[in-house]
Amino acid sequence: MIKVERLWKSFRGTPVLRGIDLEVPDGTITVIIGRSGGGKSVFLKHLIGLLRPDSGRVLVDGVDVGALRGRALDEVRKRYGVVFQGGALFDSMTCRENVAFPLREKTRLSRTDIAKQVDTALERVGLAGIGDKYPEEVSGGMRKRVAFARALVTQPEIVFFDEPTTGLDPVLVNTIHRLIRDLHQTSRFTAIMVSHEIPEVFEIADRVGMLHEGRIVEIGSPAEIQRSSNPIVQQFIRGEPGTEP
Amino acid sequence: MAEPPLAPALRPVEGLGRFVLHIVSSAGRFGTFLGQALAAMVTPPFKLWPLLGRINYIGFRSLLIILLTGAFTGMVLGLQIFFTLSRFGSEAFLGPAVALSLIRELGPVLAALMVTGRAGSALTAELGIMRITEQIDALTVMALSPMRFLVAPSIVAGLITFPMMTALFDVVGIFGGYLVGVQLLGLSEGTYFGEMQTFVDMADIMTGFWKSVCFGVIVTWVCTYKGFHVSRGAEGVAAATTQAVVLSSVLILVWDYFLGTVLP
Repeated sequence: MIKVERLWKSFRGTPVLRGIDLEVPDGTITVIIGRSGGGKSVFLKHLIGLLRPDSGRVLVDGVDVGALRGRALDEVRKRYGVVFQGGALFDSMTCRENVAFPLREKTRLSRTDIAKQVDTALERVGLAGIGDKYPEEVSGGMRKRVAFARALVTQPEIVFFDEPTTGLDPVLVNTIHRLIRDLHQTSRFTAIMVSHEIPEVFEIADRVGMLHEGRIVEIGSPAEIQRSSNPIVQQFIRGEPGTEP
Repeated sequence: MAEPPLAPALRPVEGLGRFVLHIVSSAGRFGTFLGQALAAMVTPPFKLWPLLGRINYIGFRSLLIILLTGAFTGMVLGLQIFFTLSRFGSEAFLGPAVALSLIRELGPVLAALMVTGRAGSALTAELGIMRITEQIDALTVMALSPMRFLVAPSIVAGLITFPMMTALFDVVGIFGGYLVGVQLLGLSEGTYFGEMQTFVDMADIMTGFWKSVCFGVIVTWVCTYKGFHVSRGAEGVAAATTQAVVLSSVLILVWDYFLGTVLP
């Protein structure tokens, strides 16, 4: 289980996260929604240990990620898979080499076994046969799917998705969401996704949390969130214009 | 509790203090970065393929510019020194003058400046783009050290390639001086090379060698540091690249002076 307790973070005196509390049960998909610039990606970076909190804790099975350094932190990260907003594929490598990279560097598998696992991973995301192209030679949607394959090829227990559908057309948004749901059903990883794709995320999420001005103002099942009486949640879900942050 | 506002007369002092703190903390981060890179260089697992890639990137791809600048530097030296020496009737010393200028000073400095312009700037831009496209973060969250994969191989490659490129620069420069002094201006070949053997000794060569080793570390250290800490998108990459080239060039010249006073 991932548990976040009273997480605070400021940049140059400006608070971005103001005491976030959150619990993510194992094997579920939790989606954090909220307006752009609301601190969703900053929050995600705390969960994966790329940023350290000013105060508060991020506990992964009881281990405080924010207090770890070096190899101890790497041990926790070995359980992670991360899909970055832009894919973060290594542009000097082909798509196939990108997917093979974590296996090559983190396991002692033979070349043949790595090749088999890469083929399987690319097939799972529907990209068999495009592996020899470089990331810049494939479409945005394909890049995202290669990033999924790379994140999942090591069979992580916890997968983080940072706005995986940003910049994609509505058809691709649905395709990517369906892919996440299918991959989750077969691998049963714990997923935390940051997104502002409303209402599409309601179809794949087990729980949805609304992040607003550095706090989780509402959390619950997709149905509960949609029925929420919180005006901030309703304004966001309906896409009503409000005061700019 | 908020601090009370400073008296206007004290604001310059506050500004100075803030500037000094910024310089000290930047120097601390800069030093820590090198320390982390050195730790990654001497502890396994060693990354051979990234190292070979960097040797190719920094060294092999800089060969053409080293050959060109080396040849023309030697030719200019040959021409200018010949005319200066001829005023004193000492043209016979053209060979050692060209060789000593190149081996002790111009070879290491100019080769380093050329590689900074070609490979150093590219190194900063490459790492900067990797930073803003989250490729460095991707390595980190895979529990793989960006220091080990990106920075340490660059610094080791600098240590290996800078002395080699400096040696090449020297040899080509001496040949350029020979073309002008011997083939163009009529000095005898035996005088040009014979006097060189008399006046250039191992200490001169070692001076140039140690300088090139230091410059190899300085350039790769500065350029990887600047690329590694890029922010603010494309504008940040452009700024970091400029800063890396300027800072490397200044440090090369400053360090050259200090080494010149210390080395024999």
